[in-house]
Amino acid sequence: MALTVSGLTVHYGTVAAVSDVDLAVADGEVLALLGPSGCGKSTLLRAVAGLEPASGRVCWDDVDLAGVPVHRRGFGLVFQDGQLFPHRDVVGNVEFGLRMRGEPRTDRVAELLELVGLTGYERRRVHELSGGEQQRVALARALAPRPRLLLLDEPLSALDRALREQLAMDLARVLETTGSTALVVTHDHDEAFTLADRVAVMRAGRIIQVGEPAEVWRRPVDEDTARFLGCGEVLSATVAGGVARCALGEVRLPWAADGRARLGLRPTALRPADEGVPGEVVHRVHRRDHVRLRVRVDGRLVDAVAGMGDAPPVGAEVRLAMDEDGVALLPA
Amino acid sequence: MARTRSGLSPRSGPLLVALVPLGFLAVFFVWPVVAIVRLGFGEGGVLAVLGSADTWQLVAFTVGQAAASTALAVLAGLPVAYLLARTSVPGRGLVRVVILVPFVLPTVVVGLAFRTLLPDGGVLAIVLANSFFNVAVVARTVAGLWSHLDGRAADAARSLGASPLRAFTSVTLPALAPALTSAAAVVFLFCATSFGVVLILGGSRYRTLETEIYLRTVELLDLSGAAALSLVQLVAVVAALSVGALARRRRESALRLRGRASVARRPRGALSWTVVGVALAVVTLLLVPVVVLVARSFDGGLAGYRALAGFGHEESLQVSGWEAAANSLRAATDATVLAVVLGTLASVVLVSLSRGRTRRGVVETMDTVLMLPLGVSAVTVGFGYLVTLDLLPGDLRTSPALVPLAQALVVTPLVIRMLLPVLRSIDTRLRQAAASLGASPWRVWREVDVPVAGRSLLTAVAFGYVVALGEFGATSFLARPDTATLPVAVARLLARPGELNNQMAYAACALLVAVTVAAVAMVESVGRSRVVEF
Repeated sequence: MALTVSGLTVHYGTVAAVSDVDLAVADGEVLALLGPSGCGKSTLLRAVAGLEPASGRVCWDDVDLAGVPVHRRGFGLVFQDGQLFPHRDVVGNVEFGLRMRGEPRTDRVAELLELVGLTGYERRRVHELSGGEQQRVALARALAPRPRLLLLDEPLSALDRALREQLAMDLARVLETTGSTALVVTHDHDEAFTLADRVAVMRAGRIIQVGEPAEVWRRPVDEDTARFLGCGEVLSATVAGGVARCALGEVRLPWAADGRARLGLRPTALRPADEGVPGEVVHRVHRRDHVRLRVRVDGRLVDAVAGMGDAPPVGAEVRLAMDEDGVALLPA
Repeated sequence: MARTRSGLSPRSGPLLVALVPLGFLAVFFVWPVVAIVRLGFGEGGVLAVLGSADTWQLVAFTVGQAAASTALAVLAGLPVAYLLARTSVPGRGLVRVVILVPFVLPTVVVGLAFRTLLPDGGVLAIVLANSFFNVAVVARTVAGLWSHLDGRAADAARSLGASPLRAFTSVTLPALAPALTSAAAVVFLFCATSFGVVLILGGSRYRTLETEIYLRTVELLDLSGAAALSLVQLVAVVAALSVGALARRRRESALRLRGRASVARRPRGALSWTVVGVALAVVTLLLVPVVVLVARSFDGGLAGYRALAGFGHEESLQVSGWEAAANSLRAATDATVLAVVLGTLASVVLVSLSRGRTRRGVVETMDTVLMLPLGVSAVTVGFGYLVTLDLLPGDLRTSPALVPLAQALVVTPLVIRMLLPVLRSIDTRLRQAAASLGASPWRVWREVDVPVAGRSLLTAVAFGYVVALGEFGATSFLARPDTATLPVAVARLLARPGELNNQMAYAACALLVAVTVAAVAMVESVGRSRVVEF
């Protein structure tokens, strides 16, 4: 393992922002730290960078980094809002890390600007750049000295949605092309799943679950995690022969083991169908590419989604069927 | 369990560096002032002076004229702040220069200008002159906060039914209160300890604590009385400074909370235009004394300027006008170099401490202590030098080095006030980004802080230079007749009869005006500096 963190704790006064965290990132792997704001994920990242006094161990290739200051760790850092040097142009920013090491720089700078899609921006002043461009420069600047580990602190959060999705794809490509080992902090699961090979879910200073994106998405370890990952409803269920049954019907989950369990339902878990539990539509709103419904079933209100074309009106009697893609499986 | 160290804030470094400015302060400020206080107590005159009705009349007049001057400066400064912060009227750059010039004009120049305008002098002239100096402090301090104030809060008030005036008084004004209080406290301090103008305009009829200390020391040789009065003044100054520091603390947090700077736009509506009109009137009025003074200097053709080569009517001076000018330039240069070095060190220490995990109170106390020389009467300090410094080796008391030392004491706090906000405004994460790219702590300073604060340092140099050039209070105490600076020479010329002396004084003041205007224009052309924001 390239990066290993063990027993890491960070105190702010008497409050433990990060408590007793163990974590490992393999060479070339991208790990996302995912959690709600205030869960301590940024503090953990800063402790890894060496910016936060902490107890516990941070090791690189089994060498303890305790006495190694920030500037000798060789860890690149990208903040939410760029933090570009205002008195330098784009080149001045990108070449900064190379200058600190006394390396020749022209080729590398051009190479990186091309990588992030900013060729021709060399002499631009940084305050003339848009938010997205600033983040690209910040990424190029962090990558230029070939850091051992790239630390990204909510790198896309300050951008608007369309730009964020575009940049997330670009960032995933850059991380893959450069074969970077990276730790990404984010509160957005889409972003985490787009970027990361593995996801670590954090809550209240502790790591709750680590796993591949699909695995975490399908099998959250507890109810809070399920709710954080978008499950509005959690119901008890029994699984038998790859089929889970609950109060709202049954759904095929071929990967689920037999026995008692709970199901976490995202809005997409229920859709109007010919067969299923009966209910009455009490509310509907249009979303980007679907219609979100609020349906009363047996005196309880549940979320469901329908296509734009065939969404039932408010007051309509509908039947709801379960859809495997919207269902998460929790331990009983 | 190993401790991961941050490596960004080695603790002991800043504290060691802090010893330099604090040491300077201790020897050239605290010691002389303490010596004065002890002298006052030692001779047992304090109680007698404190018990006398004359003293309290003096205090009442000092406080009264300072309060009136402060109120006037605030009233005149607010519209100008609005003009600077919220409108895009052409010529705003010029307005910034015009209001800044009075603040750095030598006090003797302002005294002479107002004596020309209002030959009968009196309380009105004193109050007008004191507020004339300080309009810039109010306007620029308030504008500094105002231009960063999110205008949407006032918009919200308007949409809820508040008139423009009501929105201003109920939303904007409270938001500006920290800057307003901070500026008012500093202005009050400057007005209460104002020396040159009161001496010139008040004559022997209107005296403040400051001029009384001077008179008792120099003319009556009543050291214990002077010391007692210094003590009274010191108490008042510390109180005003504390109010100012408290307000500054709130203002800095207000600045941190700021949104994106709102876009200045052309004034809209009757209220807005009225305020702009008033602001322009204030700016014009600020020009009047300066213009009158310069015009008066040409009354006898170039006679006054030619007379600068001589020693005045019946050898009023021991140096020629030009020699005095040369003395001024030399002393101001030394003082500026010293003040910039000390001020930079102090700013670096203060900002390092606040970036580290040092307790906030420690940093704030140190900040306030470093501001003290700004408020404590220069006369008291100069007097203190006379009492203490012969104990130091090298016969400093009679050395010409004494003048720049005292001037540096006055200039250093200004340098700090100019550098510190800029250094503080540098986002810690910007420095962390540099560190993560391989910059050592020293390199971070060189690559990030120095370039970002560089312009402010340049402005601090120019600004400090003119302030040193015009310093009168301490210099008048310390300069010997043969090392008199230009302001001291002017005061001496004015105290002696003879039209030639008058002409010479006007010419010398016009020269000082020219130098001041040039320096201020340079300060402003370097960039939108935050000079005189307290």
